Amino acid sequence: MEILLAIVIGGLFGFSLQKAGAANPQVIIDMLRLKNFHLMKAILLGLGLSSFMLFVLMNVGIIESGHLSVKTAYVGVVIGGAIMGTGWAISGFCPGTGVVGVGAGRKDALVFVIGGLVGALAFTLAYSSLAETFLFDEIGAGKATLATTGIEKYASLMDTVPAVVVVGVIAFVFIFAAWKLPAKSEGLSS
Amino acid sequence: MKNILYQKQWHWSVSGLALGVSFLLAVALVKPIGVSTQFVILDGMVWDVFSSEIAVKGETAYSSSNAYLNKSGGKYAKSVANPINYSFIFVLAMILGGFLGAKLRTKSNDENEPELPAVWCENLGSSTTKRYMFAFAGGALVLFGSRLAGGCTSGHMMSGIMQTSLSGYLFTMGAFLFAVPIALFMYRKGR
Repeated sequence: MEILLAIVIGGLFGFSLQKAGAANPQVIIDMLRLKNFHLMKAILLGLGLSSFMLFVLMNVGIIESGHLSVKTAYVGVVIGGAIMGTGWAISGFCPGTGVVGVGAGRKDALVFVIGGLVGALAFTLAYSSLAETFLFDEIGAGKATLATTGIEKYASLMDTVPAVVVVGVIAFVFIFAAWKLPAKSEGLSS
Repeated sequence: MKNILYQKQWHWSVSGLALGVSFLLAVALVKPIGVSTQFVILDGMVWDVFSSEIAVKGETAYSSSNAYLNKSGGKYAKSVANPINYSFIFVLAMILGGFLGAKLRTKSNDENEPELPAVWCENLGSSTTKRYMFAFAGGALVLFGSRLAGGCTSGHMMSGIMQTSLSGYLFTMGAFLFAVPIALFMYRKGR
Protein backbone atom coordinates (compact mmCIF):
# COMPACT_ATOMS: atom_id res chain seq x y z
CA MET A 1 0.00 0.00 0.00
CA GLU A 2 2.79 2.40 0.95
CA ILE A 3 4.59 1.65 -2.32
CA LEU A 4 1.42 2.47 -4.26
CA LEU A 5 1.19 5.80 -2.38
CA ALA A 6 4.86 6.47 -3.18
CA ILE A 7 4.12 6.03 -6.88
CA VAL A 8 0.96 8.17 -6.84
CA ILE A 9 2.21 11.05 -4.65
CA GLY A 10 5.75 10.99 -6.07
CA GLY A 11 4.30 10.98 -9.57
CA LEU A 12 1.96 13.87 -8.77
CA PHE A 13 4.79 15.88 -7.18
CA GLY A 14 7.11 15.29 -10.14
CA PHE A 15 4.36 16.13 -12.63
CA SER A 16 3.49 19.33 -10.74
CA LEU A 17 7.13 20.47 -10.55
CA GLN A 18 7.49 19.90 -14.30
CA LYS A 19 4.30 21.82 -15.12
CA ALA A 20 5.31 24.62 -12.74
CA GLY A 21 8.50 25.03 -14.78
CA ALA A 22 10.66 24.16 -11.76
CA ALA A 23 12.70 21.58 -13.68
CA ASN A 24 13.69 24.20 -16.25
CA PRO A 25 16.94 25.88 -15.05
CA GLN A 26 15.94 29.05 -16.91
CA VAL A 27 12.98 29.45 -14.53
CA ILE A 28 15.09 28.80 -11.41
CA ILE A 29 17.86 31.15 -12.53
CA ASP A 30 15.35 33.90 -13.40
CA MET A 31 13.82 33.50 -9.93
CA LEU A 32 17.22 33.68 -8.21
CA ARG A 33 18.28 36.76 -10.19
CA LEU A 34 14.94 38.33 -9.25
CA LYS A 35 13.63 38.65 -12.80
CA ASN A 36 10.67 36.28 -12.78
CA PHE A 37 8.65 35.28 -9.74
CA HIS A 38 6.33 32.77 -11.42
CA LEU A 39 7.79 29.84 -9.47
CA MET A 40 8.09 31.75 -6.20
CA LYS A 41 4.41 32.73 -6.44
CA ALA A 42 3.47 29.07 -7.01
CA ILE A 43 5.57 27.86 -4.07
CA LEU A 44 4.33 30.55 -1.69
CA LEU A 45 0.74 29.67 -2.57
CA GLY A 46 1.42 25.93 -2.21
CA LEU A 47 3.11 26.46 1.17
CA GLY A 48 0.42 28.81 2.47
CA LEU A 49 -2.40 26.44 1.51
CA SER A 50 -0.76 23.21 2.67
CA SER A 51 0.53 24.67 5.93
CA PHE A 52 -2.86 26.08 6.90
CA MET A 53 -4.74 22.92 5.88
CA LEU A 54 -2.22 20.73 7.71
CA PHE A 55 -2.76 22.46 11.06
CA VAL A 56 -6.55 22.74 10.60
CA LEU A 57 -6.85 19.04 9.70
CA MET A 58 -4.57 18.06 12.61
CA ASN A 59 -6.74 20.15 14.91
CA VAL A 60 -9.90 18.28 13.92
CA GLY A 61 -8.08 14.93 13.98
CA ILE A 62 -8.17 14.10 10.26
CA ILE A 63 -4.37 14.20 9.93
CA GLU A 64 -2.42 12.34 12.63
CA SER A 65 0.19 14.61 14.19
CA GLY A 66 2.45 11.54 14.34
CA HIS A 67 3.00 11.96 10.60
CA LEU A 68 4.91 15.19 11.17
CA SER A 69 8.68 15.03 10.90
CA VAL A 70 10.36 18.18 12.19
CA LYS A 71 14.09 18.35 11.55
CA THR A 72 16.64 19.58 14.10
CA ALA A 73 18.03 23.12 13.72
CA TYR A 74 21.85 23.09 13.96
CA VAL A 75 24.72 25.18 12.60
CA GLY A 76 25.14 22.88 9.59
CA VAL A 77 21.56 23.62 8.48
CA VAL A 78 22.54 27.23 7.70
CA ILE A 79 26.00 26.41 6.30
CA GLY A 80 24.66 23.45 4.32
CA GLY A 81 21.88 25.74 3.04
CA ALA A 82 24.52 28.23 1.86
CA ILE A 83 26.53 25.49 0.08
CA MET A 84 23.36 24.12 -1.51
CA GLY A 85 22.36 27.70 -2.52
CA THR A 86 25.71 28.13 -4.27
CA GLY A 87 25.28 24.94 -6.30
CA TRP A 88 21.63 25.84 -6.94
CA ALA A 89 22.59 29.15 -8.56
CA ILE A 90 25.47 27.62 -10.54
CA SER A 91 23.39 24.76 -11.98
CA GLY A 92 19.78 25.94 -11.86
CA PHE A 93 18.68 22.68 -10.22
CA CYS A 94 17.96 21.39 -6.73
CA PRO A 95 17.75 17.67 -5.88
CA GLY A 96 14.02 17.31 -6.63
CA THR A 97 13.96 19.40 -9.79
CA GLY A 98 17.14 17.70 -11.07
CA VAL A 99 15.43 14.33 -10.74
CA VAL A 100 12.31 15.64 -12.52
CA GLY A 101 14.53 17.16 -15.24
CA VAL A 102 16.01 13.71 -15.87
CA GLY A 103 12.48 12.42 -16.45
CA ALA A 104 11.80 15.33 -18.79
CA GLY A 105 14.84 14.28 -20.82
CA ARG A 106 17.25 17.09 -19.96
CA LYS A 107 20.90 16.07 -20.36
CA ASP A 108 22.15 18.82 -18.03
CA ALA A 109 19.80 17.45 -15.34
CA LEU A 110 21.33 14.00 -15.76
CA VAL A 111 24.83 15.46 -15.36
CA PHE A 112 23.58 17.36 -12.28
CA VAL A 113 22.24 14.14 -10.73
CA ILE A 114 25.55 12.33 -11.37
CA GLY A 115 27.38 15.25 -9.73
CA GLY A 116 24.84 15.01 -6.90
CA LEU A 117 25.62 11.33 -6.35
CA VAL A 118 29.31 12.25 -6.07
CA GLY A 119 28.54 15.08 -3.60
CA ALA A 120 26.31 12.81 -1.51
CA LEU A 121 29.06 10.16 -1.47
CA ALA A 122 31.62 12.79 -0.39
CA PHE A 123 29.40 13.74 2.55
CA THR A 124 28.75 10.08 3.44
CA LEU A 125 32.53 9.55 3.65
CA ALA A 126 33.20 12.85 5.47
CA TYR A 127 30.45 12.42 8.07
CA SER A 128 32.50 10.58 10.69
CA SER A 129 35.07 13.41 10.82
CA LEU A 130 32.39 16.17 10.81
CA ALA A 131 29.99 14.60 13.33
CA GLU A 132 31.78 15.88 16.44
CA THR A 133 32.41 19.42 15.19
CA PHE A 134 30.49 22.68 15.78
CA LEU A 135 28.59 21.98 12.54
CA PHE A 136 26.21 19.77 14.47
CA ASP A 137 25.77 22.12 17.46
CA GLU A 138 22.05 22.69 17.96
CA ILE A 139 20.50 26.12 17.47
CA GLY A 140 17.89 27.16 20.01
CA ALA A 141 15.54 24.37 21.01
CA GLY A 142 16.66 22.01 18.22
CA LYS A 143 13.50 20.42 16.85
CA ALA A 144 11.41 23.56 17.17
CA THR A 145 8.38 24.88 15.30
CA LEU A 146 6.70 28.27 15.28
CA ALA A 147 3.18 26.87 15.69
CA THR A 148 2.38 24.37 18.44
CA THR A 149 2.12 20.86 16.98
CA GLY A 150 0.84 19.16 20.12
CA ILE A 151 3.83 16.82 20.06
CA GLU A 152 6.00 17.06 23.15
CA LYS A 153 9.38 16.46 21.47
CA TYR A 154 8.84 19.49 19.21
CA ALA A 155 9.27 22.73 21.16
CA SER A 156 6.97 25.55 20.10
CA LEU A 157 8.37 29.06 19.76
CA MET A 158 4.89 30.60 20.05
CA ASP A 159 3.18 28.31 22.50
CA THR A 160 0.93 31.00 23.97
CA VAL A 161 -0.86 31.58 20.66
CA PRO A 162 -3.20 28.91 19.19
CA ALA A 163 -1.46 27.07 16.33
CA VAL A 164 -4.21 27.82 13.84
CA VAL A 165 -3.76 31.56 14.46
CA VAL A 166 0.03 31.38 13.96
CA VAL A 167 -0.35 29.33 10.79
CA GLY A 168 -3.26 31.51 9.65
CA VAL A 169 -1.05 34.61 9.80
CA ILE A 170 1.85 32.85 8.03
CA ALA A 171 -0.49 31.50 5.34
CA PHE A 172 -2.05 34.93 4.84
CA VAL A 173 1.39 36.56 4.41
CA PHE A 174 2.53 33.83 1.96
CA ILE A 175 -0.63 33.90 -0.14
CA PHE A 176 -0.75 37.70 -0.15
CA ALA A 177 2.89 37.78 -1.32
CA ALA A 178 2.11 35.13 -3.97
CA TRP A 179 -0.73 37.28 -5.24
CA LYS A 180 1.18 40.58 -5.21
CA LEU A 181 4.61 39.55 -6.50
CA PRO A 182 5.01 40.47 -10.15
CA ALA A 183 4.93 37.56 -12.61
CA LYS A 184 6.59 37.87 -15.94
CA SER A 185 5.78 35.08 -18.30
CA GLU A 186 6.57 36.32 -21.80
CA GLY A 187 9.17 34.23 -23.55
CA LEU A 188 8.76 31.42 -21.04
CA SER A 189 5.74 29.50 -22.22
CA SER A 190 3.68 29.67 -25.33
CA MET B 1 -9.78 26.55 -21.50
CA LYS B 2 -7.77 23.72 -22.97
CA ASN B 3 -7.27 20.54 -21.03
CA ILE B 4 -5.01 21.59 -18.23
CA LEU B 5 -2.90 18.42 -18.39
CA TYR B 6 -1.69 19.43 -21.86
CA GLN B 7 -0.53 22.94 -21.02
CA LYS B 8 3.22 23.31 -21.28
CA GLN B 9 3.45 25.49 -18.19
CA TRP B 10 0.67 26.02 -15.71
CA HIS B 11 -0.47 29.38 -14.40
CA TRP B 12 1.24 30.04 -11.07
CA SER B 13 -2.01 29.54 -9.16
CA VAL B 14 -2.57 26.09 -10.71
CA SER B 15 1.07 25.17 -10.00
CA GLY B 16 0.72 26.37 -6.41
CA LEU B 17 -2.48 24.43 -5.85
CA ALA B 18 -0.97 21.23 -7.31
CA LEU B 19 2.19 21.56 -5.22
CA GLY B 20 0.15 22.32 -2.09
CA VAL B 21 -2.00 19.22 -2.67
CA SER B 22 1.18 17.12 -3.13
CA PHE B 23 2.71 18.40 0.16
CA LEU B 24 -0.55 17.86 2.05
CA LEU B 25 -1.31 14.38 0.64
CA ALA B 26 2.21 13.22 1.51
CA VAL B 27 2.00 14.32 5.16
CA ALA B 28 -1.63 13.22 5.53
CA LEU B 29 -1.08 9.70 4.22
CA VAL B 30 2.59 8.90 4.91
CA LYS B 31 5.16 11.57 5.84
CA PRO B 32 6.50 14.92 4.61
CA ILE B 33 8.21 14.97 1.20
CA GLY B 34 12.00 14.68 1.00
CA VAL B 35 14.42 13.92 -1.81
CA SER B 36 18.13 14.40 -1.02
CA THR B 37 18.51 11.38 1.33
CA GLN B 38 17.81 9.12 -1.63
CA PHE B 39 21.05 10.20 -3.33
CA VAL B 40 22.87 8.70 -0.34
CA ILE B 41 20.70 5.59 -0.52
CA LEU B 42 21.49 5.07 -4.22
CA ASP B 43 25.22 5.58 -3.51
CA GLY B 44 24.90 2.99 -0.74
CA MET B 45 23.17 0.51 -3.07
CA VAL B 46 26.06 0.74 -5.54
CA TRP B 47 28.66 0.55 -2.74
CA ASP B 48 26.83 -2.46 -1.29
CA VAL B 49 27.53 -4.40 -4.49
CA PHE B 50 31.27 -4.13 -3.84
CA SER B 51 31.37 -4.44 -0.07
CA SER B 52 29.67 -6.79 2.36
CA GLU B 53 29.91 -4.36 5.30
CA ILE B 54 27.77 -1.52 3.96
CA ALA B 55 24.36 -2.87 4.94
CA VAL B 56 24.52 -5.66 7.48
CA LYS B 57 21.34 -7.21 8.82
CA GLY B 58 21.44 -7.75 12.57
CA GLU B 59 18.87 -9.41 14.79
CA THR B 60 16.74 -6.31 15.25
CA ALA B 61 18.31 -3.61 13.09
CA TYR B 62 20.71 -2.92 10.27
CA SER B 63 24.23 -1.60 10.68
CA SER B 64 27.03 -0.37 8.43
CA SER B 65 30.78 0.08 8.53
CA ASN B 66 30.13 3.65 7.31
CA ALA B 67 29.24 6.01 10.17
CA TYR B 68 26.66 7.95 8.14
CA LEU B 69 24.75 4.90 6.91
CA ASN B 70 24.97 3.48 10.45
CA LYS B 71 23.51 6.53 12.23
CA SER B 72 20.01 6.66 13.76
CA GLY B 73 19.91 2.92 14.35
CA GLY B 74 21.08 2.05 10.83
CA LYS B 75 17.98 3.39 9.10
CA TYR B 76 19.91 4.36 5.95
CA ALA B 77 21.62 0.94 5.88
CA LYS B 78 18.16 -0.63 6.06
CA SER B 79 16.96 1.38 3.05
CA VAL B 80 20.12 0.46 1.14
CA ALA B 81 19.37 -3.22 1.74
CA ASN B 82 15.67 -2.81 0.79
CA PRO B 83 15.38 -0.77 -2.43
CA ILE B 84 11.58 -1.19 -2.55
CA ASN B 85 10.84 1.31 0.22
CA TYR B 86 8.52 4.31 0.23
CA SER B 87 11.09 7.13 0.07
CA PHE B 88 13.18 5.58 -2.71
CA ILE B 89 10.20 4.64 -4.88
CA PHE B 90 8.81 8.15 -4.29
CA VAL B 91 11.87 9.69 -5.96
CA LEU B 92 11.76 7.19 -8.83
CA ALA B 93 8.09 8.10 -9.33
CA MET B 94 9.11 11.79 -9.54
CA ILE B 95 11.19 10.89 -12.62
CA LEU B 96 8.09 9.30 -14.13
CA GLY B 97 6.03 12.39 -13.23
CA GLY B 98 8.61 14.63 -14.93
CA PHE B 99 8.55 12.39 -18.00
CA LEU B 100 4.74 12.52 -18.27
CA GLY B 101 4.67 16.26 -17.57
CA ALA B 102 7.10 16.89 -20.41
CA LYS B 103 5.35 14.48 -22.82
CA LEU B 104 1.78 15.68 -22.28
CA ARG B 105 1.61 18.71 -24.53
CA THR B 106 -0.64 19.78 -27.34
CA LYS B 107 0.70 20.01 -30.90
CA SER B 108 0.62 23.81 -30.81
CA ASN B 109 3.21 24.02 -28.03
CA ASP B 110 5.12 20.88 -28.89
CA GLU B 111 8.47 22.58 -28.83
CA ASN B 112 11.23 21.24 -26.62
CA GLU B 113 12.93 23.43 -24.05
CA PRO B 114 16.26 24.56 -25.46
CA GLU B 115 19.06 22.25 -24.38
CA LEU B 116 20.88 25.15 -22.78
CA PRO B 117 18.94 27.87 -20.91
CA ALA B 118 18.91 31.13 -22.90
CA VAL B 119 20.10 33.10 -19.87
CA TRP B 120 23.04 30.70 -19.59
CA CYS B 121 24.13 31.22 -23.22
CA GLU B 122 23.88 34.99 -22.92
CA ASN B 123 26.22 35.05 -19.95
CA LEU B 124 28.46 31.99 -20.24
CA GLY B 125 28.44 31.07 -23.92
CA SER B 126 26.99 28.17 -25.85
CA SER B 127 29.52 25.43 -24.98
CA THR B 128 27.63 22.35 -23.77
CA THR B 129 30.82 21.01 -22.15
CA LYS B 130 31.06 24.12 -20.00
CA ARG B 131 27.38 23.84 -19.06
CA TYR B 132 27.82 20.18 -18.09
CA MET B 133 30.89 20.99 -15.99
CA PHE B 134 28.92 23.58 -14.04
CA ALA B 135 25.90 21.26 -13.75
CA PHE B 136 28.18 18.53 -12.35
CA ALA B 137 29.90 20.87 -9.88
CA GLY B 138 26.55 22.40 -8.92
CA GLY B 139 25.10 18.94 -8.31
CA ALA B 140 28.02 17.98 -6.07
CA LEU B 141 27.68 21.20 -4.03
CA VAL B 142 23.88 20.93 -3.81
CA LEU B 143 23.92 17.37 -2.48
CA PHE B 144 26.91 17.87 -0.16
CA GLY B 145 25.22 20.97 1.28
CA SER B 146 21.81 19.32 1.51
CA ARG B 147 23.19 16.32 3.37
CA LEU B 148 25.13 18.57 5.75
CA ALA B 149 21.88 20.47 6.37
CA GLY B 150 19.88 17.24 6.70
CA GLY B 151 17.49 18.13 3.89
CA CYS B 152 17.08 20.03 0.64
CA THR B 153 14.62 22.35 -1.02
CA SER B 154 11.97 19.63 -0.60
CA GLY B 155 12.67 18.44 2.94
CA HIS B 156 13.62 21.77 4.51
CA MET B 157 12.13 24.51 2.34
CA MET B 158 8.81 22.85 1.43
CA SER B 159 8.08 20.26 4.12
CA GLY B 160 9.92 22.22 6.82
CA ILE B 161 8.17 25.53 6.26
CA MET B 162 4.83 23.73 5.88
CA GLN B 163 5.32 22.41 9.42
CA THR B 164 6.55 25.90 10.52
CA SER B 165 9.86 24.36 11.60
CA LEU B 166 12.74 26.61 12.63
CA SER B 167 15.20 24.46 10.64
CA GLY B 168 13.20 25.02 7.44
CA TYR B 169 13.39 28.80 7.82
CA LEU B 170 17.12 28.73 8.69
CA PHE B 171 17.93 26.55 5.66
CA THR B 172 15.91 28.81 3.35
CA MET B 173 17.70 31.89 4.69
CA GLY B 174 21.14 30.31 4.14
CA ALA B 175 20.21 29.13 0.65
CA PHE B 176 18.80 32.45 -0.64
CA LEU B 177 21.55 34.53 1.03
CA PHE B 178 24.06 32.78 -1.22
CA ALA B 179 21.99 31.83 -4.28
CA VAL B 180 20.61 35.32 -5.05
CA PRO B 181 23.90 37.30 -5.06
CA ILE B 182 25.66 34.53 -7.02
CA ALA B 183 22.84 34.41 -9.60
CA LEU B 184 22.74 38.21 -9.87
CA PHE B 185 26.48 38.21 -10.56
CA MET B 186 26.77 35.11 -12.78
CA TYR B 187 23.76 35.94 -14.94
CA ARG B 188 23.92 39.73 -15.00
CA LYS B 189 23.39 39.99 -18.76
CA GLY B 190 20.07 39.47 -20.49
CA ARG B 191 16.48 40.40 -19.76
